[in-house]
Amino acid sequence: MKDYLLLIVSAVFVNNILLAQYLGNCPFLGCSKELGVALGMGGAVVFVATLATAFTWLIQTFALAPFGLDYLQTIAFIVVIAALVQFVEMFLKKAMPPLYTSLGIYLPLITTNCAVLGIAIIAQRKEMDFVTAVIFSAAAAAGFLLALLLMAGIRERYEVTRIPKPLQGTAIGLVTAGFMSLAFFAFSGMI
Amino acid sequence: MITTSVLFLLALGFCAAALLAVAAVFLRVEEDPMLARIEEALLGANCGGCGYPGCAGAAQAVLAGKAGADVCVAGGPEITARVAAVLGLEALLAEPQLAFHDCFGGPRARERYFYEGAPDCRAQALLGGGAKNCEVGCLGFGTCVRACPFDAMVMGPRGTPVILEGKCRACGVCAQVCPRGVLSVVSPAARILHLNQEDECLAPCRQACPAQINIPQYIEQALKGDYAGAVCTLKERNPLILSIGRVCPAPCEGSCRRGAVDAPVGINMIKRFLADWEMAHGRVCTPIAPETGKKVAVVGGGPAGLSCAYYLRRLGHSPTIFEWQPELGGQLRYGIPEYRLPKRILDWEIEGVTSAIGVAVRTGLKLGSDFTLDSLRAEGFEAFFLGMGAWLNWSLDIPGEDARGVWQGTEFLTEWALGRNPPVGRNVIVVGGGNTAIDAARTTRRTGARVTIMYRRTEKEMPANAVEIHAAREEGVEFLFLAGPTRVIADEAGHAAELEYIEMELGEPDASGRRSPRPKAGSETRLPCDMLIPAIGQYPDTCYIEEQSPACELTRRKTVAVNPDTMQTAVPDVFAAGDLVSGPSLVVSAIGGGRRAARSIHYHLLQGEIPVPATLLRKPMPHALFTDLEGVGHIPRVEIPELCAAERVCDFREVEHTVGEAQLRHEAARCLRCGSTCYDADDPARPGLLSREEFEQARAAGRVAS
Repeated sequence: MKDYLLLIVSAVFVNNILLAQYLGNCPFLGCSKELGVALGMGGAVVFVATLATAFTWLIQTFALAPFGLDYLQTIAFIVVIAALVQFVEMFLKKAMPPLYTSLGIYLPLITTNCAVLGIAIIAQRKEMDFVTAVIFSAAAAAGFLLALLLMAGIRERYEVTRIPKPLQGTAIGLVTAGFMSLAFFAFSGMI
Repeated sequence: MITTSVLFLLALGFCAAALLAVAAVFLRVEEDPMLARIEEALLGANCGGCGYPGCAGAAQAVLAGKAGADVCVAGGPEITARVAAVLGLEALLAEPQLAFHDCFGGPRARERYFYEGAPDCRAQALLGGGAKNCEVGCLGFGTCVRACPFDAMVMGPRGTPVILEGKCRACGVCAQVCPRGVLSVVSPAARILHLNQEDECLAPCRQACPAQINIPQYIEQALKGDYAGAVCTLKERNPLILSIGRVCPAPCEGSCRRGAVDAPVGINMIKRFLADWEMAHGRVCTPIAPETGKKVAVVGGGPAGLSCAYYLRRLGHSPTIFEWQPELGGQLRYGIPEYRLPKRILDWEIEGVTSAIGVAVRTGLKLGSDFTLDSLRAEGFEAFFLGMGAWLNWSLDIPGEDARGVWQGTEFLTEWALGRNPPVGRNVIVVGGGNTAIDAARTTRRTGARVTIMYRRTEKEMPANAVEIHAAREEGVEFLFLAGPTRVIADEAGHAAELEYIEMELGEPDASGRRSPRPKAGSETRLPCDMLIPAIGQYPDTCYIEEQSPACELTRRKTVAVNPDTMQTAVPDVFAAGDLVSGPSLVVSAIGGGRRAARSIHYHLLQGEIPVPATLLRKPMPHALFTDLEGVGHIPRVEIPELCAAERVCDFREVEHTVGEAQLRHEAARCLRCGSTCYDADDPARPGLLSREEFEQARAAGRVAS
């Protein structure tokens, strides 16, 4: 149990996928202007990353590894994740319309999100078992959600702040991302 | 290994495709077909410029009513029309917005002149207790050119960006990246609605002009040969450039900084050249905002009413001008004589302000007798502009004033303008020192009469333009100063024969700052006089306005009281400007007031509330007016060609003429480009503006003003 707790803390804070591993920067800057949008995007990432890691774990264990095709990992994972996202989108639309309306429009945008792919590949590199991989992926994606929400909160404040003209928009976003990354660096000694 | 890989990937791809295909059949959802059609109509670029996550997101927002058919910023009007068609709406074109900057390049800061000792105009403004935002100041880095997503900007030959109007989508990216805030995305209507503000970089001429014309900009455009552009700049502030180019006493020239060196730049002769160029080459097309469908009644077709109606029309409203005289023009037509402003030119100008842009006109109707504001309200008019001017004459209040041969100044000029040529005597005396008096004197002089202007103060106190007084004297009009009429003596037939006057002397200055005249007892003298024209001032006819309920408030000078910032009267939907508000004043002031009223009416109709900027410029800022200017060499001012006095008194031909193109360039090059001399690409100094070394040499040789 303690192992899982450590795994979650490590994935959310210490090895935050965005601020420590620098994956998924495009939605980090693109979808962090409003809290509502950030929440939708982060939720979609949690959902898809968890499912994708579970699926790719199965593919890796039962298809790639037995045939010695580990070198096809990246391509195979992309295909699987893309197909999965499309399938999930259709499934949600049919079975859970409310969930679809809140997450649906973000799903196509994360088809090839590097954070999702990155989480799946990290789970493999660390040779986790199935349950650990699923928990890890959910926690890492939650870390993404956390960073995105923090960023959106800060950028909403920027809307009413006087920012020097050359720094407005993405420029101040990148500066902020750097500072947030530094702040998260403080977690690195925790585990 | 290769075979395995290929086979594996093929199998994986096939499985994924099969899964999705099966899912597509089983998980089909009936959704609003509209969504797919909207998505199809959108550009499909997923650029995110609209702020929604991709085109699908935008389509959902449109369907949910969160965004309009114009959601796509990249697509422009065609896409808007397509989306609107899907929604079953008709897309009306909104007024096009364009990126815009005011910077037109010029000499670098090291070639500037010295602002009363301060080496920088901003430092000078700070010393004077003000601060300013330097809106002119492109650094020429071209960030905007690189940032523009639509390739609508290129770097121009003078180191400032040029906006390609056909490609600009008004997305605003250039304005976001510009480090100096030079660029903005504005519509022509927004430029019309702008009022001068104290923190802007305003040349003194721009501050002095009652119509707030961007004078340095049109001079610059004229110098470059962009006459159509210069006319557009003028018409953003002044629709009657032919008339103003002829009759304006040019308060702008009074505060021109070059006046501290040699003579002010001939701003008005440049305007007149441009106006005549437009008349000779066809009307310059000015943009008109999309229709708002608001009807506004403009009562009075003089300069104030014409200006108000013109700007209301350009802002997209539907004004109707009501005029009691048979033709439009007000004092321009019925007060200013033919030799200063030919009727042919005035007719062409008024056509451009009315029928050419779709302003409705109803003539021969008088407020109060033929229609009332309530009858107009019933007709669907939503706001009212009063610009009836000041047409009633103050009377002399002396015995015998009702004798035949006594004509009120404006009445006489109106009769003359109507072509009814009233009989002119042999010995004409005009009483008064204003422009109406001079006009009446110069008009009667042209019939061969002996004309005397009688004024109770001296020439120094005369309110008429110095140029006009000089021209009248050249034409042989005599002046009798320090004299006030006391009695008109009529002959047996009741016709004026002699005028008795009393000599005056000047006493202490009164409230207006002028020394008030006092009669010298026992100095009565008689002069032969068979025609007397009192022209001692006018006031508006406000009888009808006083009867109205609720009534507009009046001042003690019998003019209508308005909020000077908004021109709004005490009745919220009634606005007023021109002589009706100010008493007899300049044409250009009436034009400025008309535009301010049009701005207020626009906001009143669309928002119900009229915004007034906190830093509104109400009077010229003293620290912008210089009495001393170093570093500027002398260049003689162009003389305006005019008829010689002997020719002038025979007929009513126009006295002053338009300058030629070479003279125009000479005069435009005299402009010191105040407010535009900082920051720019390397450009040679223009004639008259000296470098530091040249300046030292020139001062040693005594060639610069000290």
